[in-house]
Amino acid sequence: MPTGTEHHGSNVSLARRAWAIRRNALRMGEVQGQGYIGQALGIADVLAVSYFHAMTYRAGDPEWEGRDRFYLSIGHYAIALYAALIEAGVLPEDEIPTYGMDDSRMPMSGMAAYTPGMEITGGSLGHGLGIAVGAALALKRKDNPAFVYNMLSDGELGEGSTWEAVMSAVQWKLDNLIAIVDFNNQQADGPTRDALAVGSEAPKWAAFGWYAQEVDGNDLAAVVDAFDKARNHTGTCPRVIICNTRMCKGIPFLEDRETTHFIRVEPDEWAKALTLLDEEKPL
Amino acid sequence: MTIPAHSRRKSKYQPRAVPEIRRATSAMIASLDAEGRDTIAAPFGHALADLARTRDDIVGLSADLSKYTDLHIFAQAHPDRFYQMGMAEALLMSAAAGMAREGFTPFATTYAVFAARRAYDFIAMAIAEENLPVKICCALPGLTTGYGPSHQATEDLAIMRGMPNLTVIDPCCAVEIDQATRAIADTPGPVYMRLLRGQVPNVLGEYGYEFKLGKAQTIRDGGDVLFISSGIMTMRVLDAAARLATDGISCAVLHSPTIKPLDAETIVEQARKGGRLVITAENHSVTGGLGEAVAGALMRAGAHVPFRQIGLPDEFLDAGALPTLHDQYGLTVDAIAARVKTWLEA
Ligand SMILES: [Mg+2]
Repeated sequence: MPTGTEHHGSNVSLARRAWAIRRNALRMGEVQGQGYIGQALGIADVLAVSYFHAMTYRAGDPEWEGRDRFYLSIGHYAIALYAALIEAGVLPEDEIPTYGMDDSRMPMSGMAAYTPGMEITGGSLGHGLGIAVGAALALKRKDNPAFVYNMLSDGELGEGSTWEAVMSAVQWKLDNLIAIVDFNNQQADGPTRDALAVGSEAPKWAAFGWYAQEVDGNDLAAVVDAFDKARNHTGTCPRVIICNTRMCKGIPFLEDRETTHFIRVEPDEWAKALTLLDEEKPL
Repeated sequence: MTIPAHSRRKSKYQPRAVPEIRRATSAMIASLDAEGRDTIAAPFGHALADLARTRDDIVGLSADLSKYTDLHIFAQAHPDRFYQMGMAEALLMSAAAGMAREGFTPFATTYAVFAARRAYDFIAMAIAEENLPVKICCALPGLTTGYGPSHQATEDLAIMRGMPNLTVIDPCCAVEIDQATRAIADTPGPVYMRLLRGQVPNVLGEYGYEFKLGKAQTIRDGGDVLFISSGIMTMRVLDAAARLATDGISCAVLHSPTIKPLDAETIVEQARKGGRLVITAENHSVTGGLGEAVAGALMRAGAHVPFRQIGLPDEFLDAGALPTLHDQYGLTVDAIAARVKTWLEA
C-alpha cells in the first residue's frame, strides 16, 4: 500500500476528526449566514473516514501523483470538503472567514481552479462519476495503484449520465473506483424518494455489477468497515458505498428542524450550534 | 377538457407523384463527392495512428462511432489505446476529461450533432472550464448527410463558438485534416474539429497549402469578390471562382478553417483591400457560424464593406440525396456562381 498521508496511525480519533469537520463547517456557514450546512453536518462522518482512515495523500502536496483522487460531484458540498481539507492540513484554518467571499479560494460551489484539494469542478450534477471513470482508466494505463473516489448525492442518481458511468465502470473492470453516495433523501425540491430514486439503491448498483454496500453514514465504525471492505474487495469490479445520512447530524435542534435542501439558520443560532458542538467534543 | 392540437412541421407529409429520375438518399457513411479531385482514405485516422507512434500520451475514445469517424484506423494500429465508451456521449466527454486530468491527450470522436447538442454541458464543465486538452473530432458536419436533422449538424459551429476556451476548426480536405490533426495534438487546451471521413478529397494540396492554427490564408487572389470560407465550402468557392473567371469575374478565396479564435486581423485586412464584395461561405446555418463571426469582426473593426452570406437556412433541413440537398440549399458551384452574378449585377 502506498504511503503519504500524515494521518495514518494518528492518535486523533475519527470521532474527533468528524467533530472538527462539523466545527469548521459551522464556522464557514456563520460567515455567510447560510450555506449547505445541513449536508456538511450530515456527511462529516464519511469525510472523516475518507480523509483520516481510507485515503492516501500528502497534505502539503495536493497534486502528488501517488495520492488517492477524491472527486466531489456535488459542488454545493464544497463547505463540507473545505472543512475536511482544513482539518487535513491541505487548506489553512485561517482562511475560514473568507468562505464564499470575493477573491476567496473557497467559493460556495467547489471548483478545481480555486482550491487545493478540490480535484474537479462540481456543481453541474451527473458529471463526477464519468470523470472518475476516465481517471480510473488513466491510472490503470499508468500502473498507478491509487484509488479514485467520487462522492455523489442521491439526487444525482436521477441524472442519466451517472448511469452511463455506472455501466462503463463495470465494462472496464474499474476495481480502483469507489463511489460514495450520500443518501440523505433530500434534493432541491424535496425528498429524493419522491423524485426518481424510489428505493433499493444498493441492489440496483449490484445488479449493474458493482460491489455495493449500504451503511448508516453517521455510524463511524460501520463507515470504516465499509471503506475497508470496498478497498480490500478482491473482485475486479467497481465499488459503491451508499451512505444513509441524517442532515444536520450532530446539532439536535437543527436535526429536528424540517429537513430541506437549504436549511434555514437564524443569525443567533450559529453560536448556539457551536456551543452545543463544543459541549460534545470527543477525545 | 379539449386541448387543441399544435401546428407541427410536416414538410413532406402529403402524398406526391413519384418522379421518374430520383437520386437515392446518401448513406451516412458515404464519402463526399470529390468532384474530379484525388481522394485520400481516412486522413484523420491515419494521421492520429501515425502521431501516436511517437506520442505515448495520445489515446482515442469513441461513443460507438469509431468506424464512422475513421478512429478505427487508430484503434487497429494501437488497440490498447482505444477506448470504446459505448453509446454514451456524456460519458465519452467526461471520461476523456478524466484521462486528460491524468496527463493523457484524448481524441474523442462521435457525430457533430451528438457532441454539440447532447454533450454540451459535459464538454463545457468537465473539459473546457479547466482548459483540458481533449480533442473532440466529429463527423457529419453541416449538411454532409441526407439523413435529416437527427444527423445534420447545421448549428454545431454556433453552439461550439459559444464555449469559452474551446478552439473550433472546420477543415476543408484530406490534406488539411492530416495537418490539423497533428497541429491540435500539439496545442494546449480543448479543440472541437469537424471531420470529413472515408474517401476525402484532396483540395488544398495543389496550392502548397499548410494549415496554421488560428490563421486564415489566401488560396487564390482576385479583384471583384472576396470569398471568406471554411470546410468543404472552400472547395466549392474555389470551383465557383474558376467558373466565374471564364465570365471575367475575378474572385479571391480566403480560407479560414479556424472558426475560433477567428483570424480577425487577416480577415479585416483582406476585406479592406480594394472594393471587393465580401461573401462568406460555410457548410452551416447562416446563424452563428463563420459568416456571423466574420460580420462581427468587420463591424468591430469599423470595416463597413459590402457583405453577403452563403450558408444553410436557419431551418431543420430536408432528408434526401446529398447532391439534391446541396442544390436545394444553394451549396453547389452552380448555385454559388449564379448568386455571385446576381449580387454583382445588383
Ligand atoms: Mg441529497
